[in-house]
Amino acid sequence: MAPSSSLHRFANPARFLRLAAVVQPWAAGLTIAALIAGLYLGLIASPGDYQQGETVRIMYIHVPSAWMALFCYTNMALASAVALIWRHPLADVIAKATAPIGACFTFLALVTGSLWGKPMWGTWWVWDARLTSVLILFFLYLGYMALYNAFDDATRGARAAAVLALVGVVNVPIIKFSVDWWNTLHQPASVVKLDGPAIHPSMLWPLLLMALAFTTYYVWVLLLRVRAELIGRRVRAIRLRQTQVR
Amino acid sequence: MKRKHKRLTFVGLGLLLLGAAAALVLTAFEDSIVFFFSPTEVLAKQGELTPQRRLRIGGLVEEGSVAKADGGAVTTFRITDLTAVVPVVFRGILPDLFREGQGVVAEGTWQNGVFQATEVLAKHDENYMPPEVAEALKKSGQWQQTGAPKEAKP
Repeated sequence: MAPSSSLHRFANPARFLRLAAVVQPWAAGLTIAALIAGLYLGLIASPGDYQQGETVRIMYIHVPSAWMALFCYTNMALASAVALIWRHPLADVIAKATAPIGACFTFLALVTGSLWGKPMWGTWWVWDARLTSVLILFFLYLGYMALYNAFDDATRGARAAAVLALVGVVNVPIIKFSVDWWNTLHQPASVVKLDGPAIHPSMLWPLLLMALAFTTYYVWVLLLRVRAELIGRRVRAIRLRQTQVR
Repeated sequence: MKRKHKRLTFVGLGLLLLGAAAALVLTAFEDSIVFFFSPTEVLAKQGELTPQRRLRIGGLVEEGSVAKADGGAVTTFRITDLTAVVPVVFRGILPDLFREGQGVVAEGTWQNGVFQATEVLAKHDENYMPPEVAEALKKSGQWQQTGAPKEAKP
């Protein structure tokens, strides 16, 4: 098992820890800066919408949360695949550490969407394809976390959860394209579309800043969680060795 | 190396099969997954609609079609997808975004050529802009009807 590609270098936990220690403060700083700028532009400096009025500001939280919900899940599934196929211990740790972050983003997207839906649509919730598939995504995150901890043998739990993450990945394109494939109450994509964003620059900038803040926040918390998990595993390994020596 | 490749093929094949299964299921249940039908679809399947069957119709509120009856408690209007038109009767409180030219989704039953709605939801479109920009677009004549179904756009 000689390191064959350059990517394998980062799969080494010790090297990863050293890299993470350098990246983490930068991610934290960038998160705080982008969050302050994004919130100022989004909540104070940007105009209201011609139809939605001030309610449009919910979008600055809702849309980046929903993007991150999908991004985190994709990451979790990719890491799970790597852990299953190549048995990289670090990939498993990354998938495990991503789950609660992704679940929080999904929860935030569901709640803010509901708060927006009541004044705009006239209802807190409908069972249309977009809303339902995102709710399923939330349950997939919860199921992943539950399954991971449901086994006495940690490696078996990790493997079962990784399979669940991979099965759930079919839901990701369904969420993304639900608004194009079927009639939904939820509006189609405003930013990522072929003929350019259908959103005025004065509203697009705060949205993109918030998206940047959410992404760097994910990197920051992910590194924090991965480091804690690696240290925790090392402590457990040392304890195990000590009990064996006695 | 051999076992790694085996696992890779296994995961790849599994995902492929899963994707195909999901695609088949979603295509088969398309009629229950869609949140609403367009007026064209509703008129086409008028024959199979019983007065008990609940369904949703989505489209634009036709310009100049909104009228009030029974002291304002009952609203009548027409939903259009720019090809077909369906008359709607609704007793209740309309959402704030309800107006002529706006996308709406009405839930109710089909009663002899009239849609008796029990709930009316406003459908928002994907356009976000400040009021001044909307005004300017309307003035310059570049305004596209909001909430129009995708296929109806030029």
